[in-house]
Amino acid sequence: MRLIEAIRSALSAILANALRSLLTMLGIVIGVAAVIAMVAIGSGARNLVDQQIRSLGANLVIVTPGNVTQGGARLGAGAASTLTDEDAEAIRNEIDGVVAAAPFVQGGAQVVAGGSNWGTRIYGVDLDWFSAREWDVATGRTFDPEEIRRGDIAVILGQTVARNLFGDEDPVDQIVRVRNVPFRVIGVMAPKGQSAFGQDQDDVIFVPLDAGRRRVIGRNYAKDGSVGSIFVKFANEEDIETGIESMTSLLRQRHRILGEQEDDFSIRNLTEIANTASASANTLSMLLAAVAAVSLLVGGIGIMNIMLVSVTERTREIGLRLAVGARPRDILSQFLIEATTLSTIGGALGVGLGAGAAYLVAQLAGWPSLVSTNAILLAVGFSALVGIFFGFYPAQRAARLDPIEALRRE
Amino acid sequence: MALIETRDLGRTYELDAGRVVALDRVSLDIEEGDFVAVMGPSGSGKSTFMNLIGCLDRPTHGHYRLAGTAVESLDANGLARLRNSEIGFVFQQFNLLPRVDALNNVALPMIYAGTDRRTRQERALQALGRVGLAERAHHRPMQLSGGQQQRVAIARALVNNPSLLLADEPTGALDSRTAAEILSLFQELNREGVTIVLVTHDADVGRHARRLVRFKDGRVIEDLRQTPLDARDLVAAETAA
Repeated sequence: MRLIEAIRSALSAILANALRSLLTMLGIVIGVAAVIAMVAIGSGARNLVDQQIRSLGANLVIVTPGNVTQGGARLGAGAASTLTDEDAEAIRNEIDGVVAAAPFVQGGAQVVAGGSNWGTRIYGVDLDWFSAREWDVATGRTFDPEEIRRGDIAVILGQTVARNLFGDEDPVDQIVRVRNVPFRVIGVMAPKGQSAFGQDQDDVIFVPLDAGRRRVIGRNYAKDGSVGSIFVKFANEEDIETGIESMTSLLRQRHRILGEQEDDFSIRNLTEIANTASASANTLSMLLAAVAAVSLLVGGIGIMNIMLVSVTERTREIGLRLAVGARPRDILSQFLIEATTLSTIGGALGVGLGAGAAYLVAQLAGWPSLVSTNAILLAVGFSALVGIFFGFYPAQRAARLDPIEALRRE
Repeated sequence: MALIETRDLGRTYELDAGRVVALDRVSLDIEEGDFVAVMGPSGSGKSTFMNLIGCLDRPTHGHYRLAGTAVESLDANGLARLRNSEIGFVFQQFNLLPRVDALNNVALPMIYAGTDRRTRQERALQALGRVGLAERAHHRPMQLSGGQQQRVAIARALVNNPSLLLADEPTGALDSRTAAEILSLFQELNREGVTIVLVTHDADVGRHARRLVRFKDGRVIEDLRQTPLDARDLVAAETAA
């Protein structure tokens, strides 16, 4: 019997018990829909994480002050202000592959403009900041080198701050007050969105490093030209590992740390953190897909069950087919094709449902979701395999029937 | 050479209760063009004999040649092929597929013969015409009477032009009037040259065959030539009477 005819006759058998077939398919439909939706949502989530991490800036390393021991008490990381402008300068000049070394200080501040005010984070930065973070202004301009050098009281606003203080008005050339110091707004940053850790990266303002140190953030930065942290950007990912090693020895040397003594700074590779985060997102989506695959298995068992029922119900038909000349393998393939058709239709319906669910989740959660062609092919192929696998035993039972027994059965 | 030749044909079943001899060394020849009625009480071995000559079962000893083929040497696939090309079955319960129309029921054996779709349709329609049901080709079994259903089954049995038509109680599920119609259809087919072997309980049906074979306890106890093989007109005359 040719395949097309076999499929046509399988379809008519499936349609003869439409409700039962539909209910049987439901297991596969739900299984495939779950796989498709989970993979789509999972890879959407991974993309989101990737995107957020990339928004931090590629090939980025952050140097933070380390812990210090004062009178026997070990203070936590970042407690000391051991890093200075000169450290950044030295890193920029002496380490291979470094394209930017951006020392910065940060703090919180209330920003006032006319009648409105807004609490935000304030960063004191130099020009390297913008290239290290791969971030530029949307309107206005960034600082010029003179402003940085003099520590002028100029400010660049993040999108969120600009919107909250000025609404639709153009903030450039307006005056905002931070701790009673009037700053002239020279630009507004391009929107950056959420960070990988859920922070609004646009809720921020930037002032020149020295202005930040002297006028707004205070602490003890001003005293000794120390900085909060240093972002170091490398040209290539391959340079990072050796770069971190040479930075470590350079900083130890500059800070006069001898032999066994602990570093008073720490260096973290943000690219590595990014990779880890994206790997864990990956693992999550694999896990979801695996759970969904289990439901496919359950669907397969449903198909096996209904095929066994069908073989029992149609014993006389099988006997007749054998009597008129069907070989056992004709019967085998008839029932296999029926099971496979059933599961493949279920798979196709499942793809539709899953893609719909993924789209809905994407719309509701604002996540990007990706229904990949691969996932669709895999799901449909897998459901066909489920049909073959779980259809085989019932089909074999049918093929092994004795024609005399089968014809006699009521 | 006879169409059917059995030599010491035997079939025993190994049951829990012990060995049962269903058919005990039956040697029988059936010529082409004959119309043989097989009768006997239940358990006499007539059904076993039918299953064996129908190639649905294999003998435990003895030999069976159908149209020159040694059946006992065939495997399941070989038996299937022989059933497909050489034998047409007619059952008491018709055994039509309920979901498909008469035409496709008749076409079923040709699917397994590998006949292409168009030829199948043509020949199925032809076979339906032969049993007088051409105009019911697209009715489903449910929409046909018992006698019509049995005619469809007979058309199905004839469609591959088999050398033997095997009927197992073909009138058993029909009222006497319809049964008579079906019986005369068999006789008509036989006059056209179809070899028929028919199992029946009905003595009246048995009387109309050319040859009557009685089974008891797995053996042939009576083999009666009622009408000469070549005397076709005689059978016709008898039917008319």
